[in-house]
Amino acid sequence: MAKVLMKGNEAIAEAAIKAGCRFFFGYPITPQNQIPEYMSKRMPQVGGCFLQAESEVSAINMVYGAAGAGARAMTSSSSPGISLKQEGISYAVGAELPLVVVNMVRGGPGLGSIQPAQSDYYQATRGGGHGDYRLPVFAPSSVQEAVELMATAFDVADKYRNPVMLLGDGMLGQIMEPVEMIQERSEPLPKKPWASGVPEKEGRSIINSLYINPDECEVHNYKLERKYQEITANEVRVQLIDTEGADILLVAYGTMARICQRAAKDAYKQLGLKVGLVRPITLWPYPYEALKNAAEQPSVKHVLSVEMSTGQMVDDVRLAVCGAKPVSFYGRTGGMVPTVKDILAKLSSIKEGM
Amino acid sequence: MAVVFKKTSMLTDVPFHYCPGCTHGIIHRLVAEVLEELGVGNDNIIGVAPVGCAVFAYNYFNCDMMEAAHGRAPAVATGIKRVHPDKLVFTYQGDGDLASIGAAEIVHAAARGEKITTIFVNNAIYGMTGGQMAPTSLPGQVTTTSPYGRDTSHCGYPVKVCEMLSQLDGPAYIQRVSVHDVKNVVAAKKAIRKAFEAQIAGKGFSLIEVLSTCPTNWGLPPQEALKWLEENMIPQFPLGVYKEI
Repeated sequence: MAKVLMKGNEAIAEAAIKAGCRFFFGYPITPQNQIPEYMSKRMPQVGGCFLQAESEVSAINMVYGAAGAGARAMTSSSSPGISLKQEGISYAVGAELPLVVVNMVRGGPGLGSIQPAQSDYYQATRGGGHGDYRLPVFAPSSVQEAVELMATAFDVADKYRNPVMLLGDGMLGQIMEPVEMIQERSEPLPKKPWASGVPEKEGRSIINSLYINPDECEVHNYKLERKYQEITANEVRVQLIDTEGADILLVAYGTMARICQRAAKDAYKQLGLKVGLVRPITLWPYPYEALKNAAEQPSVKHVLSVEMSTGQMVDDVRLAVCGAKPVSFYGRTGGMVPTVKDILAKLSSIKEGM
Repeated sequence: MAVVFKKTSMLTDVPFHYCPGCTHGIIHRLVAEVLEELGVGNDNIIGVAPVGCAVFAYNYFNCDMMEAAHGRAPAVATGIKRVHPDKLVFTYQGDGDLASIGAAEIVHAAARGEKITTIFVNNAIYGMTGGQMAPTSLPGQVTTTSPYGRDTSHCGYPVKVCEMLSQLDGPAYIQRVSVHDVKNVVAAKKAIRKAFEAQIAGKGFSLIEVLSTCPTNWGLPPQEALKWLEENMIPQFPLGVYKEI
């Protein structure tokens, strides 16, 4: 298929439709408005349903109902709106409903700013709402990767009966890039015999997250936990760029990884440093093993996590490196984006201390 | 031997957890009987349970059921109905769930004319959590969070759901009924039937508010609770049809 120039938000919306999503419920918030806007135009054309909810809380609960009724359903929002959706996400996890949530992260806390940020990392990777749970979190670094991961997100959600998050940022949502759109899904969607109102259902369908007896609730939580162990074993995704024999490893995801990739190249020319990049594509499950192995190479003297936050993923970097090498952090926050020059300056100061 | 009476097939054979004298049991049976009599078949009905005393409704109604977060049942039902427009979809919610934490959800489901039916059980108190003040608690009513009686100068007035929602264009049928005596139980069943018929006819949103008792948290024997409902709740929440198109 030929490449077309598309805005990230619109490409993600189209990819969801190509992946078989026919139900979208959302609420306006910058910088993700082009997703609901695009859906409102496209869904009626493909026999789907776009509905603007009265709040993010209602939107996620509409997705809960649609997912429980057996449909591929999604919502999208940005940081403050994602906070509101956490209740519904927790319930969907408890009721084991597959659905997809897109978060085009903006500066926080509170109303924050509308510029790109990565300050929802903890919320995304540690569950986000109440209870013992995790979400698979995909972090694309280009519009092309985002459209491909949209299909993966729905498949992973269905496979494990768990909500999945696509974590972008304001830049990924707003950037226009050439993209080769994914093909329309040709195979039928997976059967959901547990869902309400579907022809294939087996007896009375009950979608529920209440286990009033604590022993039953514990059994349920361990069932979820086994699922998370399975996801951890099967779904880790990471890209390693020039990490072999590197002097310094950069660790970055999403938009930040693209800027770091350029910084890594320039570091060789300008500082004589061999800089590799570890780019987690899944933020949960986190690529601990790949990062550990890369960091433990004798050539590696230092590991630098670069984020659009005050330092959140760096905790996972430290867990992965586990004291084998020094770990530093560089970041900007509130919607400010580290530049190649900023990262080079940080690399230069690390070099001096090596 | 000829069977002269049997329990409706739309209720499962599971004992209710409701307190003695609570009218949830009557209301469950009325809803279930109507659903059976409509003849759509239990595979074509999807209910949504609330958070509150009716939280276990998914164990009782003999059809597909979803348990929603507190107050969110109308949003969940919206998602269901949009996926299965040919199914009968209903929510069963209490006053705390519907008129307080879920006020936005019910108003907008009604405004959209969402083709669902809501059974709204108003007993003027939070039952499941142990008798706290509800959005529908009466002025002066003593609850565990209004121990000196509900002081309207401090925490306002009861929310009148039927009156509010009937001002919107989306609802097709709204009625307030009670179940404190036989005559009213019979009338309540008729109302519930009309609400579901409005949904089947595709007319829009329908809601039946059922005034209900909570002997446990009102601190009254069941008989006196029925009397208290009649004498105190009905003047505050007048019975009648508020919207019919």
